[in-house]
Amino acid sequence: MDILDILLSASFWAAAIRIASPLIFATLGELICERAGVLNLGIEGIMVAGAFSGWIAVWAGLPLWGGVAVAMLTGMAFGLLHATLSVPFGLSQHVVGIGLTLLATSLTFYTYRVVLPEVSSPPKIEAFQPYEIPLLADLPLIGPALFSQTPLTYAAFLLAAICAYTLYRTPVGLAVRAAGENPSAVAAQGLSVTAIRMGAVITGSGFMAVGGAFLTLSAFDSFFFDMVNGRGWICIALVVFGAWRPGKAVLGAILFAAFDALQIRLQQTAIGALVPYQLFLMLPYILSILALVVMSRRAEVPAALMVPFNKGER
Amino acid sequence: MTTPSMAQRAANGPVLRLKEITKRFGPVTANEDVSFDLFPGEVIALLGENGAGKTTLMNILFGQYTADAGEVELFGATLPPGAPRAALDGGVGMVHQHFTLADNLTVWENITLGVEPLFQMRLNSSAARARIRSLSERFHLKVDPNAKVGRLTVGERQRVEILKALYRDARILILDEPTAVLTPQESDALFATLREAIGQGLSVIFISHKLHEVMAISDRVLVLRHGRLVAERRTAQTSRDELASLMVGADVKPARFAPNAAGPALLQLQGVSTPDNGAAPRLRNVTLDLAAGQITGLAGVSGNGQAALSDLISGLITTQSGQIRIHGREIGAWSPRKAVDAGIARIPEDRHKTGTIADFDLTENAILETYSTRFARRGWLDWRAARQFAKDLIATYDVRCPGPDTRIRLLSGGNMQKLILGRVLELAPDIILANQPVRGLDIGAVTYVHEQLAKARARGAAVLLISEDLDEIMQLSDVIHVISEGRLSPGFPRGSQQPEDLGAWMAGHGFDTMTAEGPHAP
Repeated sequence: MDILDILLSASFWAAAIRIASPLIFATLGELICERAGVLNLGIEGIMVAGAFSGWIAVWAGLPLWGGVAVAMLTGMAFGLLHATLSVPFGLSQHVVGIGLTLLATSLTFYTYRVVLPEVSSPPKIEAFQPYEIPLLADLPLIGPALFSQTPLTYAAFLLAAICAYTLYRTPVGLAVRAAGENPSAVAAQGLSVTAIRMGAVITGSGFMAVGGAFLTLSAFDSFFFDMVNGRGWICIALVVFGAWRPGKAVLGAILFAAFDALQIRLQQTAIGALVPYQLFLMLPYILSILALVVMSRRAEVPAALMVPFNKGER
Repeated sequence: MTTPSMAQRAANGPVLRLKEITKRFGPVTANEDVSFDLFPGEVIALLGENGAGKTTLMNILFGQYTADAGEVELFGATLPPGAPRAALDGGVGMVHQHFTLADNLTVWENITLGVEPLFQMRLNSSAARARIRSLSERFHLKVDPNAKVGRLTVGERQRVEILKALYRDARILILDEPTAVLTPQESDALFATLREAIGQGLSVIFISHKLHEVMAISDRVLVLRHGRLVAERRTAQTSRDELASLMVGADVKPARFAPNAAGPALLQLQGVSTPDNGAAPRLRNVTLDLAAGQITGLAGVSGNGQAALSDLISGLITTQSGQIRIHGREIGAWSPRKAVDAGIARIPEDRHKTGTIADFDLTENAILETYSTRFARRGWLDWRAARQFAKDLIATYDVRCPGPDTRIRLLSGGNMQKLILGRVLELAPDIILANQPVRGLDIGAVTYVHEQLAKARARGAAVLLISEDLDEIMQLSDVIHVISEGRLSPGFPRGSQQPEDLGAWMAGHGFDTMTAEGPHAP
């Protein structure tokens, strides 16, 4: 059977993990924002900005990790803008988020044209190369699939573990979870809801931008205008799918990525010749919707998500 | 353990001292010049009606609001205003009326939130849990530290709130209406906990409008009315009846308007009960006649069924049993639209929430009840007539505003209320339901509203005035009923009762003999 062959091949799983990596970064970022009570719809634009700024920094001469840092800082700057408007000013998070996506995307394209006025095809950089983890990479099937990825992929999984630990095992994680559930509880314990929420949005936005930078620094070696291509929106769905838990969100990202990798391969099989390829392209999205319907029914939405908190208001 | 004498306490000095606290929300004064001391091991009850300013005062003390004037002294040191952290660190623990717990967290997580520095590698959860267990044993606060708060009962949640305070070594415990949500058994358990806490030297401020609890737990009672501290009594030297009249304000003042002959009953409730919705008290076998040319006053401590009666007459809820007659005819299916069509003018209790639409302009708000009848022409709104109507209201009822196109949220409470009055009185209604019509208004606006109600009465309308202010009821009413736990007293003609008599009815006395005789019609 074709599908069985695909599912048992190491290259399929290696592709799935690779496709999942940027989603993991950005999903974790969104998850942190939402756990603190702020829906960050700026994610799509922040990913575009991250993809561009990381890449242009490396093109200008910074090392690859320097590019990641630049992307992260760019994301945090947009995060600061979002947080300022949505937290202390309490503006509609929908409007702020969509506005930020439009702003970040347009600003990126503008900057691209300013920096590279006369190129028809964007310059390439020396991207992250796969790094085989000694011993583990020699395991059958799992080895090539999981342990010969680029360092940025390992970083994605490491970040997921750090996020989970921080959220559930440290005081600041406790404060973030409480801020998204009942900000009054946070205020009544003498903490600043504003500081916690802004911190979460800024940090989360930084992760989103790194997710974008993964595309230019690891998955590909150049920047294209439509390369983020709705991944930000997918991440918002993945947060719901993961029931606002980092572990489940990572699983969701891998599942979505697996469907994506699968449809590419299915196009090349015998069935692929008969069915229009657009149907295959739809596959991951359709399956995501189905999975969302099933999974999100029991999800515990942060109760104060999208509810601004105004201290001392009557 | 014996409680220390007053002299000893005074010698130790107060743990808490409020000095001339004043707080305003816009034109409304929530607290005015409130001062009091709290001594170690003492329980103060803060008694007052809804809106008397109890919660505002405690939120100022806790740093959630900033006072416009005055200061708070804690153990002799001035507390920086607007900083809950400082109050917490100073040993103030507050159990809010609406719990400040995160449902998605466990009990121990809620309790330790914010206690430790935010940025450290891990939470010491086992130590925290052990400490919570020992506290809950000591203070009889049975709750599992590992349970998710979202799964706890209301009583358990309150225990978590108290534990939160105790965990931080609170020396002063503030409880805002703690028994409002508890069953009697849970209330008893709470009182046992509080006695334990007092025995260990904590001081307690207990906010309530339930008189028997205040009598049971407190050493001293402070009565707040309209944001001012109006009375202070030692609990041992007062009575429920006295507190009831102090709370609602029972300085005897003469009736404001000359007597008026009673006309026929325009609205009659006959043995009406309303369905139990679980929260507010329902009406129980209420019989009430609203006669033409009379103001019928409804006195009572808030939360005793006033809302149910008002909602019923407004058409928002229907009866479970009993009959409603308007102009002697029994009504069929009942709805807000029916109530409007039957000529009932409604002045709702909450003018912001149910009386107006904040972002609509004056014109739109003026025609809310009549847009489909008086201001509709072949299905289109007649804006010209509507705007003219709004202009007339503004002129006749002295609504201070830039013009009919102003959004109503920009108006003060008094001007908003004048527009609502105008909106309903312009239709010359026979039946007027005025629920707390002057709450939060300044003196001038109060007088104006009262005069308008008197004019309607003189014209022959039947007015039902619901108020928690006994002064207001006694000054305006031709007939007074008292409501308590959903039961209605007989109607007392003006001047036949002293405030203390009404206070006794408010405290729940007299209803049993009345029901034994069957429903009483005045």
